[in-house]
Amino acid sequence: MSVNLEHYLIVGAVLFSVGLYLALAKRNFVAVLMGIELMFNAVNLTFVAFSRFVRSPNPLDGHVFVVFVITVAAAEAATALALAVLLYRVRDTINVDRIDLLKW
Amino acid sequence: MDDTGTVVAFYMLSALTIVSALGVVVVRNLIHAVVFLILSFVGVAGLYITLSADFVAVTQVLIYAGAVSVLILFAIVLTPTGDRGNQETFLRLPALLLALLVAFTLGYVAIDTDWAISDREGFQQTASTIGEALLDKYVLPFEIASVLLLVAMMGAIVLVRPDSAMEGE
Repeated sequence: MSVNLEHYLIVGAVLFSVGLYLALAKRNFVAVLMGIELMFNAVNLTFVAFSRFVRSPNPLDGHVFVVFVITVAAAEAATALALAVLLYRVRDTINVDRIDLLKW
Repeated sequence: MDDTGTVVAFYMLSALTIVSALGVVVVRNLIHAVVFLILSFVGVAGLYITLSADFVAVTQVLIYAGAVSVLILFAIVLTPTGDRGNQETFLRLPALLLALLVAFTLGYVAIDTDWAISDREGFQQTASTIGEALLDKYVLPFEIASVLLLVAMMGAIVLVRPDSAMEGE
């Protein structure tokens, strides 16, 4: 019994799907953001797994990419949560099904 | 990766990660959902350690389990009359179907593809190699990332600044 690349890829796929469900189906804007963070985590896990197992001249490039993804995800989280607070101030709700200004 | 310790650690950490992620979906209190999210982040950090990615694991604990989850908690606390029930919208069933479809597709591709597996051992140390790559081969993305962080920080401050600060000018 051993652990190889496919095991990590399947964990990543399941984690990505859970994040996708959260991002699509949740009513609260902050819960949608939590789903997006879970999807980032799934992708990072896949990057690190490939970096460990797949043949490559520079195997640590996957780790460098993960560092960049984490940086961009942190910037995204800060901006999106500021938007959530601003939205709450203007509309008194952060339920995504009640933010329908562009719907006619 | 054949030794028993790694295998046991992998299955326990995977179970922790996925069960906590499902907890974020199922639990009916948004604060509890954030706690499950932090557990899931810590589980992913443990999986990084089983992949001998020490630097990425520490970064994961610092930034995700530390900073991002505190940001999310702040966003919940700053929207006090917001909905804390963690319910789904009417898109629940289509989203469930799509998520299942994505999971099965990705899983099938992962199992079916013939990956170019190498037989190298785990990394001895990663931090110094990552640091050299960041300041040598990837120095331009590194600088752009620092500008991006600055812009995001300023944007967040400007967005949540109260209106009275602008009227006072």
